[in-house]
Amino acid sequence: MSLLAAKRLEKHYGNHVVLENLNFSVESGEFVTLVGASGCGKTTFLKMLLGTEASSRGSLTLDEKPIPNEPGPDRGVVFQKYSVFPHLTVQGNVMIADEFHRAKLLGKSFGSDKRHAIEKARARIEEVGLSHALRKYPHELSGGMQQRLAIAQALMMRPRILLLDEPFGALDPGIRQDMHVLINRLWQEQHLTIFMITHDLKEAFELGTRLWVFDKTRQDPQAPEAYGATITYDLPISRDRPSTDLQEALYQGGLKTHTQETLL
Amino acid sequence: MKRLINLTPSRGGRWLLGLLPFLLLAMLYMSLSNARLAENPNDRLLPTPSTMASSFYHLATAENVRTGEIVLWTDTFASLERIVIGVGISALIGLVVGILNGGLPVVRAKLSPLVTVASLIPPMAILPILFIAFGTGEAAKIALIVIGVTPFLIRDLQGHALRLPDEQLIKAQTLGASSWQVLLRVLLPQLTPRLLNATRLALGTAWLFLIAAEAIAAQEGLGYRIFLVRRYLSMDVILPYVAWITLLAFLLDQLLAWVSRLAFPWYHAGEGDNS
Repeated sequence: MSLLAAKRLEKHYGNHVVLENLNFSVESGEFVTLVGASGCGKTTFLKMLLGTEASSRGSLTLDEKPIPNEPGPDRGVVFQKYSVFPHLTVQGNVMIADEFHRAKLLGKSFGSDKRHAIEKARARIEEVGLSHALRKYPHELSGGMQQRLAIAQALMMRPRILLLDEPFGALDPGIRQDMHVLINRLWQEQHLTIFMITHDLKEAFELGTRLWVFDKTRQDPQAPEAYGATITYDLPISRDRPSTDLQEALYQGGLKTHTQETLL
Repeated sequence: MKRLINLTPSRGGRWLLGLLPFLLLAMLYMSLSNARLAENPNDRLLPTPSTMASSFYHLATAENVRTGEIVLWTDTFASLERIVIGVGISALIGLVVGILNGGLPVVRAKLSPLVTVASLIPPMAILPILFIAFGTGEAAKIALIVIGVTPFLIRDLQGHALRLPDEQLIKAQTLGASSWQVLLRVLLPQLTPRLLNATRLALGTAWLFLIAAEAIAAQEGLGYRIFLVRRYLSMDVILPYVAWITLLAFLLDQLLAWVSRLAFPWYHAGEGDNS
């Protein structure tokens, strides 16, 4: 039984086909990296997983049930920016998930509930290495620290799948390397299932166990909107093989469409 | 020589430069006043500062023979009470409706056109209706302030609520928040400092409506006094009263700014120039 599965999934806005003919099944514990040219529908796909965009045709199931049509605690998310609440401290940002869960009416915990939430939040913050900044507000943190916080926040509710939308796209290369180590460690320790959109093919190879390339298989120059993108390559990545080999293989396999220009 | 846009005055210099226009205005007034008084010592239009000071001192200390009240303080407290209650009610309504409008599309669809239309009604035009409905007591004056200020606050807050990044609302939902919890813990805390900011901007309008309402029907109040003594051409009372009102408005404004900085440090972090 697969965790997430799609059958002939399609998404279009009016006549504009964005995604078509998506078929896949993803097992629990996989780390799927999504690459593709800008505007090819990767983010739309992620929004369908989140539940903020409905599918137009076909089926998309999580645990054999149709994916809910609004975001929920079973699917965590980290965006490129605006992922954390600017009005809460580091601790408050992570705690809030537990408070939503326990204090239905006020959304704020008191007494022993609060102590419990703080304890839990501190464990999450410890995991991402932000224990020294518990009382800081997001604007006092660097970009990398903000993304660490966003990850800690997203993992607080133990989601079934974690969605990452170019989470490290705005970070410096050095910081990005640290974040790769972090996300890799969390993925292994907590047996997460991760979908990550990225523009960086090297990143996609390094982190993922499975690489999806989104691209159009058919192109009508007269009507560019008539055909949508689909998963053109679904590559299993083994951690033992160096990523350069795979990149080479992908090259020779003929990644010949316009994706190539953007990616390679 | 640096470019003009790169020249910044020193801290002390900035004070002096800021003071300069005031000094020039004061000198202009003095010379005009002296010229008029030299011609006619009984001239009432441009009284000397000493005349104004003594009139103001009299108003601030002398008890009314009949009622035992001191005019300035009675006026001040009456006006402050009206404006604080009026603006307070407006802020409360503005915050609640603004959050609901901004956060819930279902509510926005119903209320937003109404608010837009209501904000375009000139409040002074319905002042007679308020006098008819509420009588000429406190209620009508407070209602005028509320009617004049609330639509602006609602529209401002609704706009800010809509400008909050969608990512935050989605994030809150992925953390398990209900609609109510999103309004309470994501929208409310982020809109409160913006409400304080909008209220500061709205205070000017609130004073306008307050003075206007007091001028038309009141037994005490700063606006009432100014329009009362106008009959006697008492510029020596009017000018200090205007300065007093300006001072009160300034203090209210600074109070709100101070509260906002104290309570919402994260909101003011991005602001470079706090002057």
